[in-house]
Amino acid sequence: MDLRFLDAVPDSLEREAVDAVLGPAESGWDGGERRAGDLRYARGGHAARARRDLLLPALHAVNDRTGWISPAALDYICRRLTVPPAEAYGVATFYAMFSLQARPARVVHVCTDIACAAKGADRIRAELAERLGPPGDASGEQAGAIWHESPCLGLCERAPAALALEAGSPPRFAVAAPARAEDIAALMTPPPVDTTPSNGHRPATTFAPSPLSGGTVEPAPSAAVPQAGVPGLVLLRRIGVVDPESLDDYRAHGGYAALRQALRLGPAGVIREVVESGLVGRGGAAFPTGRKWEATARQPASPHYLVCNADESEPGTFKDRVLMEGDPFSVIEAMTIAAYATGAEKGYLYIRGEYPRALSRLENAIARARGRNLLGRDILGSGFDFDVEIRRGAGAYICGEETAVFNSIEGRRGEPRSKPPFPVERGLFGRPTTINNVETLVNVLPIMLMGGPAYARIGTGGSTGPKLFCVSGTVSRPGVYELPFGATLRDLLELSGGVAEGREIRAVLLGGAAGAFVRGDELDIPLTFEGARAAGATLGSGVVLVLDDTVDLASILVRIAAFFRDESCGQCAPCRVGTVRQEEALRRLAGGSASRRTELRVLRDVGAAMRDASICGLGQTAWNAVESAIDRLGVFAAPTTDTTEEAR
Amino acid sequence: MNTPVPLAPPRRLVDVTVDGQEVRVPEGATIMQACAQTGVSCPTLCYGDTLTPKNACRICVVEVEGARTLAPACSRPVEPGMAVRTDSDRVRHARRTVLELLGSSVDLSTTPQAQEWMEHYDARPERFGPRAAPAPMGERDARRAGEHEPPTGAVAETVEQPAKIDNDLYVRDYGKCILCYKCVDACGEQWQNTFAIGVAGRGFDARVSTEHDVALPDSACVYCGNCIEVCPTGALSFKSEFDMRAEGTWDESRQRQTTTVCTYCGVGCNVTLHVQDNEIVKVTSPHDNPVTHGNLCIKGRFGFQHVQQRRHD
Repeated sequence: MDLRFLDAVPDSLEREAVDAVLGPAESGWDGGERRAGDLRYARGGHAARARRDLLLPALHAVNDRTGWISPAALDYICRRLTVPPAEAYGVATFYAMFSLQARPARVVHVCTDIACAAKGADRIRAELAERLGPPGDASGEQAGAIWHESPCLGLCERAPAALALEAGSPPRFAVAAPARAEDIAALMTPPPVDTTPSNGHRPATTFAPSPLSGGTVEPAPSAAVPQAGVPGLVLLRRIGVVDPESLDDYRAHGGYAALRQALRLGPAGVIREVVESGLVGRGGAAFPTGRKWEATARQPASPHYLVCNADESEPGTFKDRVLMEGDPFSVIEAMTIAAYATGAEKGYLYIRGEYPRALSRLENAIARARGRNLLGRDILGSGFDFDVEIRRGAGAYICGEETAVFNSIEGRRGEPRSKPPFPVERGLFGRPTTINNVETLVNVLPIMLMGGPAYARIGTGGSTGPKLFCVSGTVSRPGVYELPFGATLRDLLELSGGVAEGREIRAVLLGGAAGAFVRGDELDIPLTFEGARAAGATLGSGVVLVLDDTVDLASILVRIAAFFRDESCGQCAPCRVGTVRQEEALRRLAGGSASRRTELRVLRDVGAAMRDASICGLGQTAWNAVESAIDRLGVFAAPTTDTTEEAR
Repeated sequence: MNTPVPLAPPRRLVDVTVDGQEVRVPEGATIMQACAQTGVSCPTLCYGDTLTPKNACRICVVEVEGARTLAPACSRPVEPGMAVRTDSDRVRHARRTVLELLGSSVDLSTTPQAQEWMEHYDARPERFGPRAAPAPMGERDARRAGEHEPPTGAVAETVEQPAKIDNDLYVRDYGKCILCYKCVDACGEQWQNTFAIGVAGRGFDARVSTEHDVALPDSACVYCGNCIEVCPTGALSFKSEFDMRAEGTWDESRQRQTTTVCTYCGVGCNVTLHVQDNEIVKVTSPHDNPVTHGNLCIKGRFGFQHVQQRRHD
């Protein structure tokens, strides 16, 4: 491999940012200053390329420092990591949060996804475009900032939402939610530079602890949990009760008791309890966790890896964010138990780039756990070694797909791999890997404490345990709710206060953009995996997005189609082109100009091919919500009085 | 003289059924190999006989009994007792739709067999509406991941754009690119190890690109042309072929192919000269050649001008 570079010179900020992640260069061979001695040896081969997985952190470092990735900075990163520039360019252009063009330091992401659209994001977008110019336009009067439309920011309980990120040292963030156009305009106005020194006792985090000015004060995570403090909660019991930054407080509330129990049980004992608990994955696919762990633990190849999938990007999902912000130590403890059971010494926590507060809380939690030997060598004197590294996504829904996460961590484009081989056999770095969603892992703590069989008695026979539901849209008390499996949709909606007086539920989207709509008269659907399946829907990641009769369903469907078109990785033809054709057909239908019958035929044909022939779950489910809206809700149905319409 | 006999460890045979016909294939063989043994052919675009299957085009999908989704025949290994259907309604529907999707977004005019498959599967790419006008040069390369201009639905978006002509040897006409990844794999770790090109961008805006879309002479390209060798659609072509097609003089029926040995060095690569009207118009290499596996260097691929230096007096 004979790499060719651009020979552009990075500025000192870029160089510093990259070196802070990669360490100083050793020689001219890896991007440092060229000395005479460098000519006496050659550095290359596998050793030089072994740090490819640091590509994404290095790109983040530059983007966080200067706001964009210049050709010189990309070139320098490539030299440091021995990565071909064409490949690094492919990786950098894969992620929506990176820019390869110069832009202002402050970028405001305005969510226009389903939950926010149900709460008037369209109006805000129009108002912003009028006040500040079109999205992506840095030339207007707000020269220090730029705004973009964004897919779901995971702040659905406070929709409509906006997130501002400002490059700097350290980078800062602020949130406006619920946001009015003037709040977002305030976010766009850079204030005089704020130089609040950070608290010396706090471990270093990526983002500055004090938020950017201009945003609204972000409420505590417990504000997203209407049930906070209610006795009997299992997964949410510590939210709003413990200080999420304090390890002592976590331990005082039962923290790390589960890990001690796990160490007593031994790896096989832990897996036995998890198998007996009947726990299945909470990320959407509902695969039995115990079987996954068993399969990884059995693999002779080594090392084994553990990946915690915190790339919660399904529109309408925010449960993992609330867990990570409100009870971050529980995620770390659960990862430790999973690693112990599956024989992993290294864990990666892959968190989406849109969650700066959760990132800070987790960074703090990991540093404090390391400080008390709850991570690292010989944890609690058990002889078990384990450590966690956080990897931050950069704006790509597809990176929540289990094999796309691996590619993203490895410093490649976040494209899903074809299965088989499955991750338990060949996952991260080609090694046996367990990958679990945040909520799945957190469920392991009560399983350790109460035992598998007792846990299995919660819920129903086919769906055991408690489940978190992300209720958003036009309900009076949106938020994360914990209910044992088996409650009905009606129970959940009653708990969340239902829709406003005088309004009717037009539709409920279950499972997110990849899920399905049900009607307002189908509220007796039991919220279990088997119940949802029997009703032709899916629980998915636990999204319950309520739309009352004021919401324009056709425009929601167009937004869903636009989402999949934006988020398709582009690898396979059915999804890459199918999502485009789906959006075009929906626009024609929503515009009312098209022949209904022809367009529905197009949608069904393209949808069936995407479902059958796509590589991964994104393409396979990209037509689900639209199909259910057409078939169950009768969106685009011919008006019954107009018989000529049917004849077209 | 002793002839070396390549020895591979013996492989167990497994029984599979293809369209009701039983066939025994070695363990680890792909469904496509099993199909070939029964005489069933699968259409393929992104499959390359010298490359690891990427299974990106999804045109070779088949139905495996009991599976939730269709499987790519080019890469899915057979399993004992597997029952495969290559002509079920689901398979025909998926292949037809994929052909329609590709046909409506990419210029398939130079893709061998595309027209034949379109007719066989009754694919009608025009059903998605009139084709959008080609993008101006560089516009697609500047697109950002995660956002797009909202379509009106009046036209069907395509990947068409002007061909990139930035050197004298070959042309990149990405309006014909189906994004099969073969050129990237051949340029990168599977053959050439040059890594001059990669896939950039995301979704429908994903494209094959050099870093920052620099012109080839400024990139790492070594002009081995191994990307042209594997390109299934004619998106990458010799400048000579591109110019002749533009003039309307390209005529494969008048071409003769002669396989000979490259004279530049001692490696002994086979080169196949494509000759029209006594002029070499392109050079390929046999894929089954044990020396080249279809690969050449810049000299074998493009260094043929001296052969046809004639006195014009």
